[in-house]
Amino acid sequence: MKIPTLLSLFAACFVAGSANIEENVGQFFSSGHTNNWAVLVCTSRFWFNYRHVANTLSVYRSVKRLGIPDSHIVLMLADDMACNHRNPKPATVFSHKNMELNVYGDDVEVDYRGYEVTVENFLRVLTGRLPPSTPRSKRLLSDDRSNILIYLTGHGGNGFLKFQDSEEISNVELADAFEQMWQKRRYNELLFIIDTCQGASMYERFYSPNLMALASSQVGEDSLSHQPDLAIGVHLMDRYTFYLLEFLEDIHPASKANMNDLFKVCPKSQCVSTPGHRTDLFLRDPGSVLITDFFGSVRKVEITTETISLTDPIKQVEEIAVHGEQEKETYSYVDQLPVSEIIHQKPKQKDWHPPDGFILGLWTLILLVFFKSYGAKHLKHIF
Amino acid sequence: GVPLWWRTTETYRAWLPVSQIQELANLELQLSADVEVVFARGTVTPEQQKKIPLTLSQDDDEITGLKSLYLTDSLSAEADLSLHMLSESPCGSLVVYVVPESTSLLPEDVEVYIGQRRTALLRIGTQMRVGRTLDQLLDHLEPRIKKLLQLMSFSHTDITAALSDRVRLSPGNKESIADSMRAFKSSPGYEITFSLLNPDPKSHRLHWDIEGAVQTFIQPLLTKLEPLANFSIDSQILYYAMLGVNPRFDNSHNAYTLNADSLAHVINPVEARLGSNAASSNPVLNFLLYVPDANHSPLYIQDRKKQQVPSNAFHSPRWGGIMVYNVNSFYGPDVAFPVDININMAKVMGVFLAQLRLLLGVQSSTPPPGFLVAPCGSSGLADWELDRLMWSRSVENIATATTTITSLAQLLDQIGNIVINDNIAQQVSSAVTSLQLAVAELESGNLGFALQYSKEAILASERAFFDPSLLHLLYFPDDQKFAIYIPLFLPMCVPILLSLLKIASEVRQRRRDKQTKTD
Repeated sequence: MKIPTLLSLFAACFVAGSANIEENVGQFFSSGHTNNWAVLVCTSRFWFNYRHVANTLSVYRSVKRLGIPDSHIVLMLADDMACNHRNPKPATVFSHKNMELNVYGDDVEVDYRGYEVTVENFLRVLTGRLPPSTPRSKRLLSDDRSNILIYLTGHGGNGFLKFQDSEEISNVELADAFEQMWQKRRYNELLFIIDTCQGASMYERFYSPNLMALASSQVGEDSLSHQPDLAIGVHLMDRYTFYLLEFLEDIHPASKANMNDLFKVCPKSQCVSTPGHRTDLFLRDPGSVLITDFFGSVRKVEITTETISLTDPIKQVEEIAVHGEQEKETYSYVDQLPVSEIIHQKPKQKDWHPPDGFILGLWTLILLVFFKSYGAKHLKHIF
Repeated sequence: GVPLWWRTTETYRAWLPVSQIQELANLELQLSADVEVVFARGTVTPEQQKKIPLTLSQDDDEITGLKSLYLTDSLSAEADLSLHMLSESPCGSLVVYVVPESTSLLPEDVEVYIGQRRTALLRIGTQMRVGRTLDQLLDHLEPRIKKLLQLMSFSHTDITAALSDRVRLSPGNKESIADSMRAFKSSPGYEITFSLLNPDPKSHRLHWDIEGAVQTFIQPLLTKLEPLANFSIDSQILYYAMLGVNPRFDNSHNAYTLNADSLAHVINPVEARLGSNAASSNPVLNFLLYVPDANHSPLYIQDRKKQQVPSNAFHSPRWGGIMVYNVNSFYGPDVAFPVDININMAKVMGVFLAQLRLLLGVQSSTPPPGFLVAPCGSSGLADWELDRLMWSRSVENIATATTTITSLAQLLDQIGNIVINDNIAQQVSSAVTSLQLAVAELESGNLGFALQYSKEAILASERAFFDPSLLHLLYFPDDQKFAIYIPLFLPMCVPILLSLLKIASEVRQRRRDKQTKTD
């Protein structure tokens, strides 16, 4: 075919004059992503699961500090610890004994809170099958050049993760959800971190490409919590996430630390459980993957070398005056309370309903007993 | 009981055109563009003129419609305009005018002139003297016309890049990968936001006529791009918004500089303060105009070679662009702050328009030597560039829609207990029909219709794939299924089994009795 030869001619022309393009393009090849997303989920409720909320918030804090904006983070917290009645220091969530680090901060933006954190909503966020009325902040609007960080924490078991103490997500469902994301090219690379008991079972069933997974414990092991705080009265963080936070505090946006360092976080001596990781589905070598590829948001930048010279004078935007002055619609707030109804309270007329099933059954029983005991001949007297 | 149980536990699945979807999976696209080659006076002799074949085909590439025309000499730009008046070419088609060697239409070292519309002028070449045969002439022209077509219409690399959803792009051409990473993916709509960042309102009171500038400079481009997508524009002014990086004072240039490596960290702190339209999920293009504060003026951007960038702007792939606008030259050192400053919108919009072109996928590859490309007109986009964009967008839409439909069909096949409602089946059918129509239109070369059908196909397929009802929450592993059914059915089965055994033994007994009777 003549086309390949022509193509090679083209390619030769480009290579010759593209020395400076090479440098710019070089940084594209290190990762292949242009934007970063993070989905951080805490699945447990109740005050004694304070540590799970603290886990999630500490990862949220690191991710924000390294550059991912709130518009690209989906934060799901199953319960409100900061404003819980049992919190002796309201509006704070601490991650360290002696209350050194308040991970709740001033500008936390929780997208799914309380009972909105369900398996269904989590899978909807991942696969994108949200109802059309969902606002932008609750959606995962990633494309094929997005690197996504997914962090799950809570109570889990062999092959499942418990949500809200009432439902579970299984590892097969999670693997299927990731496959659907891959089919629709909703991610470029995905890092999955889970901090629960027997966490390694959750990534056993993954089969989509470009997934890397870390877990805090192997199958059959429990993930333990780090330290209780006697003033607050509960355990503040889990061990794995505590040491992960310590590791991330040393990372800054220009850091060159790679994934092999992340795998070494929290060895058995510190964590008691054995953290695990899975990289066989990942195409790049983990040693060449920067931490900031997932936890931070380092943008690729190109210098703009061309401009267009525009010489037309600026048109004045004309005021539209159709049929004289247009009346502007005035808007006003709807009454918050139906005051008129409250003040002039009329007695509500109750509609008559036929007797309920229970009443009917009760009366039937009484009648039956009566006629059974006194005989049917008494019926004649009545009718 | 069994039919009742079967009926009540089955899920409603509407019929899907699975066979047609599987046909679509083996996608074979054939793109054809109408090209008209017109020979000017002096290029062919009158006898050869009569013998020009109507079509010229070699190696599956067809060039149809060879005609001859008499051209008067005039400058190339005017010739371009008058030629355009001659034949209004529909979108997707091209006209190539072959002019004699000695013409003054083209400058000395320029072989090909590509106009703003869909025309090009091609010099016939010095090898061709009078006395050559028609076949030699056509052989000589053929590769050069092909090269021109690849620049103006579509080339193999363009189409492969557009198909990168389905076909994993082998990392051959680095520039094309960078191009594909930079441009936004095809989407039915885009939001464009212009933001003016004023970190120092105490010193500078900035005035920008953004509405007029958008109306004059940006709107013509967006109107031209209307068949591709809907655009919505908004603008905002942010006060006390600093860049996240401290610029360094450079003594050699007597100015503050930002070097190329620190540019990557500029965007994130600012992005947290930019709002976005919560109502739509369309991709957002942000264009920021940063006016440095009085203490850090003037501020220049340096590239990797420590050279100042003339445009003083940079852009980030799939995000937008930032331009630094220095205002310290507008006022002297002894002036009462705050100073009123009117921003020169033409200069600013020139940069933003160039960045917008890049981000929307209008490839700006340098033309090969000997080619002269006319500057794009007031709308910022030449017709043939629009055609090129439309070709790659149609192919991209068709590829994406096909992938979506086939993976949806595969998913619904694999997971047996997802309910398929009627509206989903209807969306899938309409997507399949639109896809087939789009492929047919591409084959026949009607680019406008092909793009429209491909857009309909992609909308329908996305709606079907992302329908909220298609959530598979019913995962029952086999052991759980047994655990549910055994406590229900086992107690029931015990008397049934016993009575069956009893019947069997009775039948056997009767048969034995019969045998003894007959004996």
